[in-house]
Amino acid sequence: MRFEVKGGSFGYQSEMILDDINFWVEDGEILSVLGPNGVGKTTLLKCMMGLLKWKKGTSMLDGTDISRIKPRELWQKIAYVPQARGAAFGYSALDMVTLGRSAHLGTFAQPGKEDYEAAEAAMEDMGIRHLRDKLCTKMSGGELQMVLIARALTISPSMLVLDEPESNLDFKNQLIILETIKALSEKRGISAVVNTHYPEHALKISNKALILNKNGSDLFGRAEEVINEKNMRNAFSVQVYIEDIHLDGKQYKSVVPLYLVS
Amino acid sequence: MNIAGKKRVPICILSGLLFLLPILAAVICLGIGRYSLGIKDTIELLASHFTDRQADPKELSVLFQIRLPRILLAGAVGAGLSCAGTAFQGLFSNPLATPDTLGVASGASFGAVMMMLFNGSLLSIQIAALVFGLLSCYITYSISRKNGRSGIIMIVLAGMVISAVFEALVSLIKYVADQEDQLPVITYWLMGSMSRASYKNLKLGLPFIIGGIAIIFALRWRLNILSLNDDEASSLGVNIHMMRLLIIVAASMITASSVSMCGQVGWVGLLVPHIARMIGGNDNRFVVPLGISLGAFFMIIMDTFARSATAAEIPISILTAIIGAPVFIMLLRKTGGVWG
Repeated sequence: MRFEVKGGSFGYQSEMILDDINFWVEDGEILSVLGPNGVGKTTLLKCMMGLLKWKKGTSMLDGTDISRIKPRELWQKIAYVPQARGAAFGYSALDMVTLGRSAHLGTFAQPGKEDYEAAEAAMEDMGIRHLRDKLCTKMSGGELQMVLIARALTISPSMLVLDEPESNLDFKNQLIILETIKALSEKRGISAVVNTHYPEHALKISNKALILNKNGSDLFGRAEEVINEKNMRNAFSVQVYIEDIHLDGKQYKSVVPLYLVS
Repeated sequence: MNIAGKKRVPICILSGLLFLLPILAAVICLGIGRYSLGIKDTIELLASHFTDRQADPKELSVLFQIRLPRILLAGAVGAGLSCAGTAFQGLFSNPLATPDTLGVASGASFGAVMMMLFNGSLLSIQIAALVFGLLSCYITYSISRKNGRSGIIMIVLAGMVISAVFEALVSLIKYVADQEDQLPVITYWLMGSMSRASYKNLKLGLPFIIGGIAIIFALRWRLNILSLNDDEASSLGVNIHMMRLLIIVAASMITASSVSMCGQVGWVGLLVPHIARMIGGNDNRFVVPLGISLGAFFMIIMDTFARSATAAEIPISILTAIIGAPVFIMLLRKTGGVWG
């Protein structure tokens, strides 16, 4: 599957937030979206999935404008993982994950045995079987994030769209989430578009990167090429130092923020 | 996950029990009253309708003309209001939402009270209540629509405003009503009573309640999704605007219709769904049927109490609050409110 945004522009009233955005991802590719707070990263995700309407430009799925695709069909291909936030009612993890089957079921249908089995399988894949009966309101941020990803997997999507999946998590949970996304792309060929605050994380998992700047310009390209010291300084007004670390035959990248530049 | 899962009670037995609970209450309550009948007598009398056995016409009249319509009404209103309450709490992701969140009950009350001012017939009162109830729902929904969409907060705020307007209009009517005979009738009516139940009323009102319950029951799993935020719900392939409208219309039909038949019955729409959640967890697939059953059960018992506890009838709203509140507090203290 090829997902592409062509000339996407969005804004409220006269002010344009996103201007002429272009990017594409193909099977198994991970695209990281980077940019300072308030630059419109979440808005970009919503626009590209059609939850908000582009003012100009289109999102295309295998060459078809997504606004021409029936919602039910679209949401069987794209799975959205929102930021993990508390809900008003405490559904159990299993119930929450089962909600992912919605796009596969008729309007008045109730989930059946196979839907619950799909949900349990997704939880098994994510290694969160033990959370089965735990209420979502009683979970930690990391647990809830894993539940939301499991819910997305029950859709059997071709593409995952994740909004800051590793924010508010500790070291360990961040790694778990990142490695999960990476594994899904490598093993199942699921592509992913990920909003993140951390250039380091983008370098760790993604093939491609899209950097949104405050002045409305953007950069799209291969992650290692686009995420460099100059571009980071332009986007975040922070001088960074990017270092390669070689350890046990593996290569890691570290992005150290040095100082503010004006 | 759910009561069925935890206690390993098969779903069919559980649904059977839920179905039987209000019926059992109804049969027992049919016998209670100034002319009291045993359970055996009651069942025999009910059966005589279908067999050739001769029954005492006086007993038959008490049972079929006076008590049965009243119990049917109480059961339907209890089931309906609990169902509507559950639906609104899920829809607005707010545990404090009630069937009257959109001002439907206030609108319906205004319609009814206005007809009383003009000394309209019972039927015209019922029709006016229905019309104004649905009208207030429509106004609320149109106010909240902006660019073809309506946000939940806009809907709730619009509901509060419409509710306030219709309450003011009700006060205005009470102010101009004749103090000798109209005002007491209006005041008493507003407190709610099942005493006007008749088959004629039921024929007009019940279809709305049953229709509303059927819609919400069919959409009960979707309610779980609607209680998530808008983008999340949309991304699960749900047409949220369509779904929301369907549920709002269904719940409003129930509320308007029950106000039209028995005035305002407070508390049930808040109390029963929460009791259902404390028993069965938050999954609306279980909360909705549990609420319907418990609501009917609760209301049949309350109404029996209202008509037979003292020589004069006690308005139902007073009872639901006075008996319901302590029960609710007790449950709340005991469970800590499992929805939290």
